[in-house]
Amino acid sequence: MKKLFPIFGALTAILLVYALCMALVPGRMSIFGIPLGEGAPTEQTMGDVQRIFYYHVPSAWTAFLLFFINFGASIYYLATRKSAADIVALVCAEVGVVFCTVVLITGPIWARPVWGIWWTWDMRLTSTLVLWLIYVSYLFLRRFSAGGQTPLLAAALAVLGALCVPFVYFSIWFFRTQHPQPVMGGGGSIDPRMMHALLINWLAFSCFAFLVCWSRYRLEKLQRDVDEAHALESLLDPRGSTR
Amino acid sequence: MKNGYLFAAYAVTWIIHIAYLGTIVTRYSRLKQEIGALKKTGVRS
Repeated sequence: MKKLFPIFGALTAILLVYALCMALVPGRMSIFGIPLGEGAPTEQTMGDVQRIFYYHVPSAWTAFLLFFINFGASIYYLATRKSAADIVALVCAEVGVVFCTVVLITGPIWARPVWGIWWTWDMRLTSTLVLWLIYVSYLFLRRFSAGGQTPLLAAALAVLGALCVPFVYFSIWFFRTQHPQPVMGGGGSIDPRMMHALLINWLAFSCFAFLVCWSRYRLEKLQRDVDEAHALESLLDPRGSTR
Repeated sequence: MKNGYLFAAYAVTWIIHIAYLGTIVTRYSRLKQEIGALKKTGVRS
């Protein structure tokens, strides 16, 4: 598994560069005469600023996916108390918060030239901010609570947090909001080249998220081993221990 | 000017991801030092 990491890393890097080209370069692309497909065209009303969409939406989908995995791992932890499930939940929440931060920053950067304002307290934006705050509080709980019950409390919070994810996603269906309507399943239509660029970017971000989660999982496992070793050291030599 | 917003959004995205990767690398190198210190005391073989 360890040997696969650099190979998967290289493939993800290539995919991210390709996805970036698909998002930013309109028209047909080729390298050494090999066709690479057609990049997303420029949107007629918004112009190039619409291309923020190819980073904003895949980041949101990736964050939702990670929060969903966090939910599954938390339920599994509550049922089995397996440490690996707890680590998966923690890692997915942390990386999910990073992606959700990207969503909350790229959204206003798109809104300013298009809406004329950075932020409005409409249902989609507010619920996304609340979702972010829930998972940030989850991470604070993990970081600053030292009790043995922390993973259990965090798992319970994660289950509550996950309930917010469908609410965020469907808020633009159920409420009248300023946020654009969904690109999938909302009755709207999108140019197939734009959809292709969007899906390629989502695939690239999902692979990148998987790689980051993998690294973070290994780090967390190592951290727990070291903490265990420190505890053992304290038991063997309580006066000489520094922790 | 509108392209400035596009550039800002893409740049911010990668700054956030690279900063997070930076924290992982920092934590990993700190752990490596801790493991080295533990090996010296003989707790971790």
